[in-house]
Amino acid sequence: MLGLGVDRLQADINRLLTSLFHQGVLDEQFLQLQQLQDETSPTFVYDVINIYFDESEKLLRSLRLLLMDREFSDYKKIGLHLNQLVGSSSSIGARRVRTVCVAFRSASELNNRPGCLRGLEVVEHEYHYLKNMMHELFQLEQQRLLAAGVRYPM
Amino acid sequence: MVCEMETDQQMEEMDVEVLSSMWPEDVGGTEPDNQFNVEKPAGDSDTLKEVDIAEKRTMADLKRLPDLLNTTDQGSTQLTNLVKQWEYMQDHAVRLLREELKILTKQREEAEAKELKIIEEHNFETEEPENVRVLDESSDLFRRFKEKKRDKLVGRKRIEIDEEFDTVAYWKQKALTFEKMLEASTERERRLIEKLNESLKTMESHSAPVEELTQNLKRAEGFLHFILQNAPIVMGHQDKDLRYLFIYNKFPTLREHDILGKTDVEIFHGGGVKESEDFKREVLEKGKASKREITFETDLFGSKTFLIYVEPVYNKAREKIGINYMGMEVTDQVRKREKMAKLREDNAVRKAMESELTKTIHITEETMRAKQMLATMSHEIRSPLSGVVGMAEILSTTKLDKEQRQLLNVMISSGDLVLQLINDILDLSKVESGVMKLEATKFRPREVVKHVLQTAAASLKKELTLEGNIADEVPILVVGDVLRIRQILTNLISNAIKFTHQGKVGIKLKVIPEPSFASDNTHKADAEEQNGLAETSVWICCDVYDTGIGIPENALPCLFKKYMQASADHARKYGGTGLGLAICKQLVELMGGQLTVTSQVNLGSTFTFILPYKVAASNDHSDDQDEFSDMVDHQPEPDDSTEGYFQFKPLLGSIYSNGGPVMGNNFLPHKAMLPSPVKLINGNTGQSESVQVENGGYMDDTRLETGSGHCPESAHQYENGNGRCPSKESESCSSSQASSEMESEFTVSSPREDVQTETEVKETSKQPKILLVEDNKINIMVAKSMMKQLGYTFDIANNGVEAITAINSSSYDLVLMDVCMPVLDGLKATRLIRSYEESGNWDAAVEAGVDIKVLENKQMSVRSTNRLPIIAMTANTLSESSEECYANGMDSFISKPVTLQKLKQCLQQYLH
Repeated sequence: MLGLGVDRLQADINRLLTSLFHQGVLDEQFLQLQQLQDETSPTFVYDVINIYFDESEKLLRSLRLLLMDREFSDYKKIGLHLNQLVGSSSSIGARRVRTVCVAFRSASELNNRPGCLRGLEVVEHEYHYLKNMMHELFQLEQQRLLAAGVRYPM
Repeated sequence: MVCEMETDQQMEEMDVEVLSSMWPEDVGGTEPDNQFNVEKPAGDSDTLKEVDIAEKRTMADLKRLPDLLNTTDQGSTQLTNLVKQWEYMQDHAVRLLREELKILTKQREEAEAKELKIIEEHNFETEEPENVRVLDESSDLFRRFKEKKRDKLVGRKRIEIDEEFDTVAYWKQKALTFEKMLEASTERERRLIEKLNESLKTMESHSAPVEELTQNLKRAEGFLHFILQNAPIVMGHQDKDLRYLFIYNKFPTLREHDILGKTDVEIFHGGGVKESEDFKREVLEKGKASKREITFETDLFGSKTFLIYVEPVYNKAREKIGINYMGMEVTDQVRKREKMAKLREDNAVRKAMESELTKTIHITEETMRAKQMLATMSHEIRSPLSGVVGMAEILSTTKLDKEQRQLLNVMISSGDLVLQLINDILDLSKVESGVMKLEATKFRPREVVKHVLQTAAASLKKELTLEGNIADEVPILVVGDVLRIRQILTNLISNAIKFTHQGKVGIKLKVIPEPSFASDNTHKADAEEQNGLAETSVWICCDVYDTGIGIPENALPCLFKKYMQASADHARKYGGTGLGLAICKQLVELMGGQLTVTSQVNLGSTFTFILPYKVAASNDHSDDQDEFSDMVDHQPEPDDSTEGYFQFKPLLGSIYSNGGPVMGNNFLPHKAMLPSPVKLINGNTGQSESVQVENGGYMDDTRLETGSGHCPESAHQYENGNGRCPSKESESCSSSQASSEMESEFTVSSPREDVQTETEVKETSKQPKILLVEDNKINIMVAKSMMKQLGYTFDIANNGVEAITAINSSSYDLVLMDVCMPVLDGLKATRLIRSYEESGNWDAAVEAGVDIKVLENKQMSVRSTNRLPIIAMTANTLSESSEECYANGMDSFISKPVTLQKLKQCLQQYLH
């Protein structure tokens, strides 16, 4: 809180990002996103990611409802939802979510219910992992911003 | 009595003599109809022949058969059998007669006893007639017998007595009568016995059973004739010299005298005759009956197969005297059997093939899976690795001391090498799995050569002369997959440069006649020139030569193999993945060409690849000059298109601006200086802490996707290399030059400045109107932000219908269209828009179910005259999907996720 940890925080952020890249949780598209953030929209990444989480949460909920229904057969709808999810995930660079969604989608194309259920679980897992990581990232970012904002009278 | 006995005997014979009962009795009756007995004079020659033969056969039969029967074992056994049968029959008859005799004797004895009794009675009666009553009462049985006897033997003969009853005279007379009767009876019995004995004697003395035997034989013969009448059988007997003594043939074609006394070989000629002769001889020698199937191929009766049974014939002294031979024509059966066998064989073969196929399919599937796995893995490795390299590149932009920088450079270059390797693997697996599709684009071979050489020259670190030599007859414009051809050329050139330390490296292009292997590969060529006519294609031979270290003869065979280098030594010394040439070869072959190499150690190598190209359409040809003059207007270097010779002399501090890095193990400083820097984590606005970093390591991807290939026009322009479409390579190259010169104090040009200048430029002109058709919120948001950075604004449509509505009500300069959308997808929407442009009405759209009312508002007549550029945004980056986009009337496509780079390039291309 004294503004001394800026470098450390920045290093932490970089380390976190690197590890997320390394794990394939994120890909270059996330850098694109960061690149798009500028003075005119200083919280762009945060906003986009938040909307992404909101939207995805809805989609996942809907998917779960669809799949939990015993007489369910609307694989097309699942496919549409997943297309959305794949699209937005690839847009923010959520690589692993995207990958598992694609697998899920191919299961749904085959009308493979067990595969879908498994897919849903994996997607939810990846999604939550991403969410946690993003949460951590944004917290670090916030701390760093706070720390960077500290000014001492010269 | 005799008569009775004979019937009995006959009956007994039927019961006991099983063998003879087998012969149908009435067969003899049919004999007159039998062919053997035909004796009518012949009407025509055919009958005559038959009759002749029949008679002669009979003659032969009569002449020879007894001989045979007498001299052979078989014959004597038959006779013995017959005799035995007869004897058995006679024995039986005798036994029966004896039994009868026994019965008769018994009866006689009984009768005598009774007689005696009666006499006694009568004597007693005479004396004591009062006892008659008693006797009368008790002699009931006797009387019955007597009557019976009388019935049977004497008839109902009454004894008539004249004297008065119960007088002495009466009894006397009666006694006398009885005595007479007794005498007569005794006399009869004596005669009977005599007769019996006589009969027995004649029976026993009936020593010659000839008649019986003859009858039996006749029956046997009759039966045989009956059975054999229509059987396709040939029977014969041959002596030990294999001369026919007897033959029976139902369908004779030869006269008897043609056959008898001759051997097979003397009779027929043709296939099978010798074989049958040998077979008979063999049987004769071995003394063992056997069967064999022999196919005859004779002039006499054509091609026929016989099942032949041959058995040796012995005389009584157990000496071989000849063979019996029986043949049955089984041609049809054999044919059927062969057919069956063939069917069965076919079946088996088919089954084997099936299982083989299944196996192959299985293996192929496995292989595909393995390859897919490799590709996936490579892909999976690539992403974290790009993370590492990217971060390292970001790191290199921070303040580092010299040592750190050196370490980092090594790190980056190693990472690059691994990335290159993985890209190669992906490329290779793409080619192998058939995913790689070739795209036909127009290009100028001269320019391609020039560019490749320029690119190589730009990163040249050796004193080498690079030259290009293109024969005059090489067409100016050809059609082919320029991206792949460039890839091959670049690969070969960089290889050449790598292994050449002095002298020169060059490319030579010339037209050659269609090579011989081409005819085998026509289908491949077809794939390449999809709708081209054969006569418009041209074969161009491209030599890439160098004066390098050369390749030893023994290393040539494995040169094109994956992961192989000429020697381990070279691998150490020169590095590289060993995949480059394998990829080149596969690419060339994919395009229907051939890659070969000739080399001399220490003198240099020449890699030659021959490829078919389609010459650009004829109207292009005729317009070539016009087009060329058009070019002059736009291009600062018009000579490019016809110039046949380029040379790049080793000038250090190269001045060529239009070149790119050569992939390989060269250190790639440009990577750290990509033209699109990015703030990694944006700092507080305006804070000094904000660090500008590079968008490192992702250049390859973007180049691959936007470089050309997917968008032919951009590729074309790119080949032209003019300023209209500033290629990334030029930028990266210039920065690479810069980097080598001022490595430590380089400054990164701010992207913001770029954008701002661009924006300013654009704002001076008319702000283009862009429509983004996209359903995904996030994507819209990201795109919006990107557009903002690039200085554009746009309208948004959430699906195809909205897009059509928007296009109808307002005019746009560019449409970015998501392919996969609800309600109406991008491909369909594009088709509808194109149909509107062609027809000027939205009929097609209305038909497709788009709301009419909205569309009735037609005010876009101006717009409809021009083609609205529509760029697809698709998540599927495979070539197929790009084809689909083009097929549906899209002008280009951006693969998702959309990056600033791609968007920028695309907008620049279409908004000028």
